[in-house]
Amino acid sequence: MTHVLSQVTQRKHWSDWIGFAGLALVLFMLLAFLAAPLLAILVQAAQDDQGQFAGLRNFSSYLQTPSLLQSLWNSIWVSGLVTFIVVPLAFVFAYALTRSCMPGKTIFRAISLIPLLAPSLLSAISLIYWFGNQGVLKDAMQAVGIDQIYGAPGVVLAECFAVFPHVLMILVTALTLADARLYEAADALGTSSERKFFTITLPGAKYGLISAALVSFTLVMTDFGIPKVIGGNFNMMATDIFKLVIGQQDFARGSVVALLLLSPAVLSFGVDRYVSARQTAMLSARAVALTPKPAARHDLLMMSFCTFIACLMLAMLGMAIFASFASFWPYNLAPSLVHYKLGLIDGDVGQGFVNSLKMASGTAVFGTLLVFVTAYLLEKTKGMNLVRAPLHLLAVIPMAVPGLVLGLGYIFFFNMPSNPLHGMYQSMALLTLCTIVHFYTTGHLTATTALKSLDAEFESVSASLKVPFYKTFWRVTLPICTPAMVDIARYFFINAMTTISAVVFLYSPENKVAAIAILNLDEAGDIGAAAAMAVLIALISACATVFFAWLSWFVDKRTQAWRRR
Amino acid sequence: MSASPFISLSNLHKTFGQFVALQDINLDIFPGELVCFLGPSGCGKTTLLRIIAGLEVQTRGVIHQAGRDITTAHPAERDYGIVFQSYALFPNLSVADNVAYGLVNRKVSRDLVQQRVQELLKLVGLPGSDHKYPSQLSGGQQQRIALARALATSPGLLLLDEPLSALDALERVRLRGEIRSLQQSLGVTTIMVTHDQEEALSMADRIVVMNHGCIEQVGTPTEIYREPASAFVADFVGQVNVLNGTVSNNALHLGEMQIPLTDIPTLSRNAGDVKVYLRPEDVLAQPILAGEACVFEATIHEIEFMGAFCHVHVLAPTLSKEPLTVYLSLNYLAEQQLQAGSTLPLKLMPERLKLF
Repeated sequence: MTHVLSQVTQRKHWSDWIGFAGLALVLFMLLAFLAAPLLAILVQAAQDDQGQFAGLRNFSSYLQTPSLLQSLWNSIWVSGLVTFIVVPLAFVFAYALTRSCMPGKTIFRAISLIPLLAPSLLSAISLIYWFGNQGVLKDAMQAVGIDQIYGAPGVVLAECFAVFPHVLMILVTALTLADARLYEAADALGTSSERKFFTITLPGAKYGLISAALVSFTLVMTDFGIPKVIGGNFNMMATDIFKLVIGQQDFARGSVVALLLLSPAVLSFGVDRYVSARQTAMLSARAVALTPKPAARHDLLMMSFCTFIACLMLAMLGMAIFASFASFWPYNLAPSLVHYKLGLIDGDVGQGFVNSLKMASGTAVFGTLLVFVTAYLLEKTKGMNLVRAPLHLLAVIPMAVPGLVLGLGYIFFFNMPSNPLHGMYQSMALLTLCTIVHFYTTGHLTATTALKSLDAEFESVSASLKVPFYKTFWRVTLPICTPAMVDIARYFFINAMTTISAVVFLYSPENKVAAIAILNLDEAGDIGAAAAMAVLIALISACATVFFAWLSWFVDKRTQAWRRR
Repeated sequence: MSASPFISLSNLHKTFGQFVALQDINLDIFPGELVCFLGPSGCGKTTLLRIIAGLEVQTRGVIHQAGRDITTAHPAERDYGIVFQSYALFPNLSVADNVAYGLVNRKVSRDLVQQRVQELLKLVGLPGSDHKYPSQLSGGQQQRIALARALATSPGLLLLDEPLSALDALERVRLRGEIRSLQQSLGVTTIMVTHDQEEALSMADRIVVMNHGCIEQVGTPTEIYREPASAFVADFVGQVNVLNGTVSNNALHLGEMQIPLTDIPTLSRNAGDVKVYLRPEDVLAQPILAGEACVFEATIHEIEFMGAFCHVHVLAPTLSKEPLTVYLSLNYLAEQQLQAGSTLPLKLMPERLKLF
């Protein structure tokens, strides 16, 4: 009877150790490929050239460099301006998609997501064709008083396109979460539409608006491709990092900028977590979903607006496609494949596409696996409580880390000769891992949501039936969650195809990915080839989207039969 | 009942941080019994069940099952089947696969598994539903499948965690009887957690009434109802009128009424103020003979129609300042043409009074 006084601990079953080993492995992965690189930046920022501790001296030297301060200010006002333009436009668009009965919602939605399919610099390239030195509408632009597109105007405009779908998705979600009963109650009280909008709709979408604004600000602040392509002499923080680190090898001040870049992201991340907790609490389980009623005038107005935005989107993509086929812009517009040939064969981007596909597939397969297993172990197993809180934190941190910052951390950490993982430096495996970590959080949240919707007692039932947890994982949890996993894989794949920011620091000539190759083509002045390659990436992403849609249909048919009554 | 308990809990304690979920739990459960853990939400009954299952770990205390010390045993090393309130059926597996879930793992031949599944489906009254998915079944049917799955491996102990509370009223009563007769025919020792007193009273061999993490009383349904060990039990199980009384000179004073203590099998005989617990059915409207003791005059304040018996709220100023509730049959009310405002004589049964 020794247990009477001492605290009881349950004996571990042999199957528990499998779970523990999994948790330990996952913890190691996230420490080595996320926490350590970020710490390496902190260390760099506090060191001088000789590797001595420098305290805050690098920061003060940064603050005494007028050109860097100018970039800081540029980044802030450009991000603010883009947010100020995009959020209202996206809000009306989202309102039209969720609260009107206009026809063609699916098409509008699909068109609005086009910018996600290509690297963000596609819109910058397209703008050069529209408004650049030999642009179609250059004169019209100058008539409005804008001297040239290179610089702030181009960056703002291109960012508006690149950020639009991200903001739109958040706002659509926010506006979808509405309780029809509130509107019915308002109607019963004879409330005017205007008053309903300001007293019900807008407050209901408040949190969505806040988080959309934060996401937009952070995305612009940390984007690298657009200012690189169309920024001209207009410097922003993201381009500064690149110049400082790659051009001047000034690691110390490079990491100071990286830390500054991290701060708005961390801030918006914190606010977003707070806000999303409030958002879900707002909608009770008993809420009745709102279905819009037809209203001819309103629907027509909404459709005109969406058509206008959609035309702009199509003009952006269309110009890139058109220019990519033009033999010699602007003198000979006869269609030819010369830019594709130049890019794919002479520019060596063909290998880049192979690399991109390798990296995107690797990210999709291993990323999904890592994300799902981690979420499962955290959500459905017990024990090892000490590592759970750090793991939860590590899983959401990537959302707050801009790709440039992560990539920089990878240089510092994996390029250390003393690091046992040094051998991975500039390898395809490291590029893939970096991309997985970069886009980790969204997948993690999707997986967690899917797992939380399962009955919490499945694992208890299995234990009582003496079935080890991994069998239940295989027979029950995994089949139920396959649709969520396909979603995660698609997200990883598309983002890996189009990402530039993290991998720009990490590639070697042998494993240069297509998106980076485009950047190089543009630097070399081959803008036609750059446009052609960007269009190709968009095409591959579009094909991948179709493939994943088919996959999820197929998976649904095979594993979700039980959902149909 | 045999002398050696099947489950024996000694000195169980459970704390969650500062919160004490269970304290001083000592309980023996005998082979073949159906024991109900009954109590309000948050009383620790589910925690206790989960500790017996090994799904929670007690802070202190010892558990024996069939003579074996299972205090630190992993759930997989214990011998029980469990049914949850949510059923926790695997939605992507057919009914047959659900029932066979624990059998497949035991290296039993496929034919034997099939045979056992058929046997179990018949046992729970759902033969022929093997190929359906759980979502194609009603709540009551799903609960029967969950029961079949828990019984498939012939466990020595069956644990039921609020198995009926997700069902509608009719289905609940029907399944109540089915579970009880199934349990009796299999003779499997069963522990059921419930907050529904009617369920506990109608199904259990013994009831364990819990409150604030402690056991208030253990007894047969009749004992719990008729001989509540504490004010809490009397209040929680069944309806009760609480009157203020005083004990002095070997008599209980209730308003103007005096009852000799010799007529009351009371628990506390100390002089002073007492709470008097009186069940509504222990007040009689008839027959009352002339000159009988414990009779008082009452005025009907409100009649709450409940079916065959009405809950009648009466004012009896000679007995108590608070209104009393008594049960009168609908027929009697009609016969005597009683309605709100009518007065009638009532008699209370002193041997049924409980003083706390």
